[in-house]
Amino acid sequence: MKSNERYEIRFSGSGGQGIITAAVVLADAVGSFDNRHVCQTQSYGPEARGGKSKAEVVISDIPIDYPKALSVDLLLAMTQTACDSYFFDIKPEGLLVVDSSLVLQVPTSRSVSIPFTRIAREDIGRELVANMVALGAVGHFCGQVSLESLEQALLSRVPKGTEQMNSEALQAGIEEAKKIDLNSLPRSVLSDWADEL
Amino acid sequence: MAIVEQQNRVLLQGNEAIVAGALAAGCRFFAGYPITPASEISELLSVKLPQLGGTFIQMEDEIASMGAVIGASLAGTKSLTATSGPGFSLIQENLGYACVAEVPCVIVNVMRGGPSTGLPTSPSQGDVQMARWGTHGDHPIIVLAVSSVSDCFSVTVKAFNLSEKYRSPVIILSDEVVAHTREAVTIPDTEQIRVIDRIAPGVPPEWYTPYAENNRGVPDMAAFGDGYRHHITGLIHDDRGYPTQNTQEIEKFYKRIHGKISKGFQEIQVTKTHLMEDAEIFVIAYGSVARSALKAVRDARAQGVKAGLLQLITLFPFPRKCVDTYLRQCRVVVVPEMNMGQMSREISRVNQADCRIVKHNRIDGRLITPQEILKHLTTV
Repeated sequence: MKSNERYEIRFSGSGGQGIITAAVVLADAVGSFDNRHVCQTQSYGPEARGGKSKAEVVISDIPIDYPKALSVDLLLAMTQTACDSYFFDIKPEGLLVVDSSLVLQVPTSRSVSIPFTRIAREDIGRELVANMVALGAVGHFCGQVSLESLEQALLSRVPKGTEQMNSEALQAGIEEAKKIDLNSLPRSVLSDWADEL
Repeated sequence: MAIVEQQNRVLLQGNEAIVAGALAAGCRFFAGYPITPASEISELLSVKLPQLGGTFIQMEDEIASMGAVIGASLAGTKSLTATSGPGFSLIQENLGYACVAEVPCVIVNVMRGGPSTGLPTSPSQGDVQMARWGTHGDHPIIVLAVSSVSDCFSVTVKAFNLSEKYRSPVIILSDEVVAHTREAVTIPDTEQIRVIDRIAPGVPPEWYTPYAENNRGVPDMAAFGDGYRHHITGLIHDDRGYPTQNTQEIEKFYKRIHGKISKGFQEIQVTKTHLMEDAEIFVIAYGSVARSALKAVRDARAQGVKAGLLQLITLFPFPRKCVDTYLRQCRVVVVPEMNMGQMSREISRVNQADCRIVKHNRIDGRLITPQEILKHLTTV
């Protein structure tokens, strides 16, 4: 695992996609199982469904002062709107991970496109667990959490009777992520934007 | 990779940690009415309190909630209510009753944007002066602020201890960011937690004078139903608890309830300092903003600025002595707040050293960022 003073992950999508749940499971794995410092925050509006949903996890080896993300190391975008809204908060050397079932226009080549929602629907059988497929991929790419801890945290937090389905979803996400070589990507998200900036 | 102590590590929200702290301090009664962003406190206590033999009541509103809290405390049970701005307005009348009758109790106000329904899901620090002066009359009160999940636990324990020791309502000011941030924390074992209980009368019922003066200024407290005659009123009362118009008794009463808090300043006024030893410029902050301030101070140090942070846990009684020391040490103080400047008024009030006070006020429903504070630290 990489050692870092501060590593920031933002999960984004729309209300109902399980964005916050995914962030909470990651935070639990990092904080309670891996025993590192972690802060998980979210923003939400007065409405219960729909609209933008955003959750953040800050991971550190020292106590965390500011609890929210400042410049994001890894952005997960589960909708096109979320991708467009938050892309510019990524660090140049950060990584964009998108759900290619829903995000069709990707703003940088330093990105990973995996069809989380399609995998959940077709391979696992429930679209509902797309968040856990995405969490598996995020867990693998960030290098900040032990994947065993991630599975334990997930099992301790999902409703009884859904453990196997969620666990399969997580593993499917990890397996998809392993197929991708991050070293083949451009070094900076900015390279595509060099002329614009 | 074991960075932190491994035992009893749990991922908790600020609101959940307040519940853990209240239960650890011996709270066994909660009355309240759900409101964003404080609802998780009620929700969790509605499950936990019955398991511990305690009582959870959802009341018809916050006026009644505060009444129930006072009643439960008089019956000898440590009591809590939790609310946000609109509910905090409603508890004020009965809060005054608790001040006059000297009823120990803890009120959590998770601040959101106001006034009125305001911004239900956004953080704010708009209730600071209201916490001090919300109920009418010249009353003393203790107000504490929390900034992290671990604070939520320890400050809640402290709040109960102070309320029991000084027979005073204690207000905990949280905000939406602190309430909903999850952090992995280690909850200490019960044996490690110091819990203070109110002092019961040491005399038989026939000798008991409910509000008799003693050297602590805090009368011994009998619980209703224990056989001690105990008259409770919102009127200014004599030693027996009966209403009085006697000028000497009235003055004695006011002086005692203010005096008991002044006697405890040393223990009541809690502050934390970071990098203040050689600071030339410092930040005074509380609540979630203190976390942004700490990051700003660290970043300023990295740029060679001798910056420090004074974090206020106790907002009232205002920790004048401590603030004064650093106002004399430094040339500039930056006071970031999510209001128009409620605590900076207090700082200006005690500033006799001509320290320059720079206010930074953000009122758009978002947490102040470290960069905003850093900008002041590097340019003034």
